[in-house]
Amino acid sequence: MTWDWGAVADFMPYFWQGLLVTLEALALGSLIAFTLGLVWTLLVRTPTRWVRWPVGVFTEFVRDTPLLVQLFFLFYVLPETGLTLSPLTTGILGLGLHYSTYTMQVYRAGIEAVPAGQWEAATALSLPVRRTWTAVILPQAVRRVVPPLGNYVISMLKDTPMLMTIGVLEMLGRARLVSQQHFQFTEPLTVIGIAFIVVSYLASLLLRTLERRLVR
Amino acid sequence: MSVETTKQPAATGTLPTELIRLEGVTKRFGDNTVLDGLDLSVDAGRHVTLIGPSGSGKTTILRMLMTLTEPDEGTITVDGQQLFPAPEKRVREIRKKIGMVFQQFNLFPNMSVLRNITEAPVRVLGMSKDEAEARARELLDLVGLADKCDARPTRLSGGQQQRVAIARALAMRPQVLLLDEVTSALDPELVAGVLDLLRDIVRSTDITMLCVTHEMGFARDISDQVLMFDSGRIIETGPPEKIFSEPEHERTREFLGAVL
Repeated sequence: MTWDWGAVADFMPYFWQGLLVTLEALALGSLIAFTLGLVWTLLVRTPTRWVRWPVGVFTEFVRDTPLLVQLFFLFYVLPETGLTLSPLTTGILGLGLHYSTYTMQVYRAGIEAVPAGQWEAATALSLPVRRTWTAVILPQAVRRVVPPLGNYVISMLKDTPMLMTIGVLEMLGRARLVSQQHFQFTEPLTVIGIAFIVVSYLASLLLRTLERRLVR
Repeated sequence: MSVETTKQPAATGTLPTELIRLEGVTKRFGDNTVLDGLDLSVDAGRHVTLIGPSGSGKTTILRMLMTLTEPDEGTITVDGQQLFPAPEKRVREIRKKIGMVFQQFNLFPNMSVLRNITEAPVRVLGMSKDEAEARARELLDLVGLADKCDARPTRLSGGQQQRVAIARALAMRPQVLLLDEVTSALDPELVAGVLDLLRDIVRSTDITMLCVTHEMGFARDISDQVLMFDSGRIIETGPPEKIFSEPEHERTREFLGAVL
């Protein structure tokens, strides 16, 4: 095995394109996972059984089936219903949906960790339910959920190569394309490997800063 | 058994008005009957202290009045309006008349001391932010924490947190103040300060007060009426002089002997 800096140089323009796609999938996927997860959490806590039950079943189903199967489903089955999305959009939706069923549990744990006394104090002060959620419970829950949510961001980053299977040219997709054209696998794969480490590290730094700012 | 805490009519001749009434209130947690067909009536302006061994149902009464828990049987009325069952609107009306201070303070750790106090007056009573803050500062001054407006509750001592909680409850101008073992979680050296503050408040306002406490000296000082609980029933009632000096019931004597 020889190392060829020329191959690295050849790959770099494609690498940057791939990195951008990976970061886009990660950022938008996380955004969807964070918001949708919160929506699930609140829906599962509504008093209406006809809302709670379907949401519970759906999210359990999504959580317990492989992301890859869901990506294929979204990509090959959804168009049959008339809804055709680009590979990247499909991938982002898939990642966001899949991880929302995990962030949902993080939120639930965060909310349940807020002491009952906080609810009781809010009741004693006649605060409306909505205000109790937004001003008392969620701000306290957020502090507790940042570290576990951060772990899921890292985990999602490592799942982004799956988008390659539905034709998204993220980092691994680019690396494979270039490798197959030049029959040089070592350099592109090494470069993206390092890129994954660097992105995870930067993401964890960012989250630690956020965590410090929230936990005062 | 029925307990009437009827105050002597004032010199002006106005009749006392009943503010709180419990009839046949029963509460069970599993097999454990916490309250057993309890009757109780409290007139406006009275200071009533609930004493008795733990688990005898005292706190449960306060929690029911605050709508934090529901009775299994019986009726509760506040200011002539029935709770359980009650439409949401009436529950909100009744809650506004009642303030509660908890054993564990339950301040909102994500808000400053000042916002802990202003949040409900602004959001519930529709007070302007300026007005609510001015009032909050007055109250903080009253409880001796004027310099802690911007502090986070977690930075305060237990005694200070409880003072803020008292100010927070008073900011809603409740007719009734419920005190649930408010000094039980405090370090011994901080208890006296909080009790002194409560004494001042009780003496300088016409607030109706229901107080669960193990501080018998405090109970003797502030109450018009002491209710002795045992196993979900009120077994003896009377003015503090009588209960503490010449209790009639054997269980009351035992209890006081153990705590005094």
